[in-house]
Amino acid sequence: MLDTTSTLKRTPFYARHVALGAKMVPFAGFEMPIQYEGIVAEHRAVRGGVGVFDVSHMGEIRLRGSGARDYANRLLTNEVGSIPEGKAVYTPMCLETGGIVDDLLVYATGSDRLLVVNAANFEKDLAWIREHAPSNVTVVDENEETAQLAVQGPRAEDVMARLYGDRVKELGFYTFFEEGKGEDWTLVSRTGYTGEDGFEVYVKASRALRTWDSVFEAGTPALIRPVGLGARDTLRLEMGYCLYGNDIDETRNPLEAGLGWTVRFEKPAFLGKEALVVAERDGTTERLVGLVLEGERIARHGSEVASQGRTVGTVTSGSMGISIGKPVAMAYTHRDHARAGTKLEVRTRGQETPASVVTRPMYRGGSVRSPKPRRNP
Amino acid sequence: MKVPKDLRYTKEHEWVRLRGQEAEVGITDFAQGELGDVVFVELPAVGTRVAQMKSFGTIDAVKTVSDLFAPVSGEVAAVNTDLKNDPALINQSPYEKGWMIRIKMANLAEADALLSAEAYEKALGAHA
Repeated sequence: MLDTTSTLKRTPFYARHVALGAKMVPFAGFEMPIQYEGIVAEHRAVRGGVGVFDVSHMGEIRLRGSGARDYANRLLTNEVGSIPEGKAVYTPMCLETGGIVDDLLVYATGSDRLLVVNAANFEKDLAWIREHAPSNVTVVDENEETAQLAVQGPRAEDVMARLYGDRVKELGFYTFFEEGKGEDWTLVSRTGYTGEDGFEVYVKASRALRTWDSVFEAGTPALIRPVGLGARDTLRLEMGYCLYGNDIDETRNPLEAGLGWTVRFEKPAFLGKEALVVAERDGTTERLVGLVLEGERIARHGSEVASQGRTVGTVTSGSMGISIGKPVAMAYTHRDHARAGTKLEVRTRGQETPASVVTRPMYRGGSVRSPKPRRNP
Repeated sequence: MKVPKDLRYTKEHEWVRLRGQEAEVGITDFAQGELGDVVFVELPAVGTRVAQMKSFGTIDAVKTVSDLFAPVSGEVAAVNTDLKNDPALINQSPYEKGWMIRIKMANLAEADALLSAEAYEKALGAHA
């Protein structure tokens, strides 16, 4: 492991993680909690009650100015221009080649567009967004000043309604409200990355610790737990949600990643459109599929996928499907071996483990209101 | 973090309980904590020959997989079959219920090269 502790950034919740005895690890330039009591217990807490995640490492970039809406719509593949105020949208941001620069969440707040990007991509994204911005758009870096918590689980609504009132119950999936100005600003959205119903709460860093404490006070200790990045990964993997850097990157386009529903070809122009039109017409050679493995061996990023001895793909994410009870994985396989029900083998440490292609999400017991994939940790 | 005084250790975080010709082997409290929740452990069958510092199995935690190294050479005399159904025993009880294999030692002198509890703690100190 690299010894970079001295140069790592800390989120505004750092003191709480340390007080709770979290195991802290370097992640995307931050010192982040990977677990508190254990990944399995935290995973189950989110599936059965409420889990609270510090996701302040995510990056906030605001597009402001008279051209913000049009620019966001040209920058991103999904429809983010004409959406109503109070709506959030998941979308890739693509290179001209169609490769994915990042996948992100966009909030339509007034005429602004607030972009929430992956921590590891923040500097790259900011440079890319500034480079393409027209003169009537101001690109504002709000990363340092913003703290973010994800409150996720079938009981999350109870906790959030106690804090923010009944309007929480009226929030539809992928909608949000804002309140307060300046240091009192709060944004609450019904979004998440776990497969359960849930919310994400944004506040200014100066109010972060108070927000953390009030969220935990609104739940009972038996019901609400802090959850680290380890369980965040096992939860999202069971849902087949993409993790940037594992399942998607600049060499993969949204179509092969199964994110075709986020590419709005009817828009007149967006970065990557020409390449994606060709990819859509010709079909992609490989597809990102969900796998459920037989036996107990766990597939890992980079494990080969074979069909009757011939290599047909590569695993991009793999772990124990804690709520499924079997190891699960995502892999790019040749399109001839991508249909649900296809029997394949995964090579792990010299042995072949039988696996079946399954339609994502692999876990179907969650309380989330939409089956669509969303964004990254 | 527990480092029982009556056991011997390797730098790779295995512990060894010496009983006559037999060496009982597991992974240390530090190792289980670093790995996190163990979900699968692959162990050799009774009768398999293992060689000192060579891999005798693998351990899958949720986040990572790791090789297990034989602290001494010899023949596998017993395997903890409880770990098949309940690999979390390695997290809950690394030095007792989480034992992995017993090796009938081929060369008793190999045990002399193992670390004492004090030496292992010192090695851990360099880690932290």
